[in-house]
Amino acid sequence: MKPYVREYPNTWWLSRRPYFLFMVREFTAVFVAAYCVFLIYFVYKLSQGPDAYYGVIELLRSPLSIILHIIAFIFAIYHSITWFNLTPKIFILRFGEEQVPPFLISGANFIAWVVVSAIVAWIILVV
Amino acid sequence: MTRKTMELEILRYRPEKEERPTFETYEIPFKEEWVVLDAINYIKDNIDGSLSYRWSCRMGVCGSCGMMLNGIPKLSCAVFLRDYYPDKVRVEPLTGFPIQRDLVIVMDDFIHKLKEIKPWIIRDEGQEQSLEEGEYLQSPAELAAFKQYSMCINCMLCYAACPVYAIDNSFVGPAAIALAQRYNLDSRDHGRELRQDVIASNEGVWECTFVGECSEVCPKDVDPAGAIQRGKVSGTIDYFKDVLMPWGG
Ligand code: SF4
Ligand code: FES
Repeated sequence: MKPYVREYPNTWWLSRRPYFLFMVREFTAVFVAAYCVFLIYFVYKLSQGPDAYYGVIELLRSPLSIILHIIAFIFAIYHSITWFNLTPKIFILRFGEEQVPPFLISGANFIAWVVVSAIVAWIILVV
Repeated sequence: MTRKTMELEILRYRPEKEERPTFETYEIPFKEEWVVLDAINYIKDNIDGSLSYRWSCRMGVCGSCGMMLNGIPKLSCAVFLRDYYPDKVRVEPLTGFPIQRDLVIVMDDFIHKLKEIKPWIIRDEGQEQSLEEGEYLQSPAELAAFKQYSMCINCMLCYAACPVYAIDNSFVGPAAIALAQRYNLDSRDHGRELRQDVIASNEGVWECTFVGECSEVCPKDVDPAGAIQRGKVSGTIDYFKDVLMPWGG
């Protein structure tokens, strides 16, 4: 007798909260990637001399650009936090029989994040 | 005093008389100390003896009573009715597998995948110890390195939680990859390279998008999602070793 194969709906990611949050995490990657592309474009313009560079700066001042930046920023933060929280699954550190507790692994990432951000902020704002 | 009752909505599939599965609702007495499996046994004993499902130990050890309860894969012997009371519970066979009958799924694919990763200790040529030489010794630290992955009871809840597997059955899947890690990380084993054919393939670790639900639903804290991600890391290291040190590092 023939086993029955149930269809798996395309809306599976709406069926449960954890699936939905997974989709959000994946979706935010689009913004992170898009921003990387933008940064490369920015560097390219920089290489073309002061006029091209200030052209981009002007563009960045527009309200639309500011709104896009805020959205990209929020998504980048969400993306980073969700991934840092996952690092203990990927990186397991053992000393003999003991395993380094997961929160120390993710904690180290968060600390590194804050430190690097602070250094970048210092370079931009102070230097 | 009126007896408390509760409803179970069970997906039935009787291939001899119906084309597709349908839900049927059963009223059962509610008891504080009953697990969902007790209620299903009650239905089989008192309402409809033709209801088919798998179970054995009734204590979360054999791994045969996995079902979808309100859409989440669970061991039906490990969830109390009182966690749902007074609401109705929807009981379905594990997602991602063909239905043989009622709550019984076809698990051939899973068994095949377990075999495929060669779940036994493989020794290098000439490294086999004879019986007289005794057992391969292992320190507690060496045991701790893989113990977690050896706790799997093959309940398949992780497969039922995995959208990747549901969409594409060719994915080797969480429990099989965790089992491969269990042997790869065993100090007595030399078989990692043989297992890599399956594990490092497109249907292996790289098919995983890290939804992570397999580890959430696992009743034995095996953390198959972690096993898969570690497989990706070591696979990547292999790749760079190959590229940077083609003569073998
Ligand atoms: S890894 Fe966990 S959920 Fe998957 S089969 Fe093993 S015990 Fe069940
Ligand atoms: S009956 Fe054995 S695990 Fe539930």
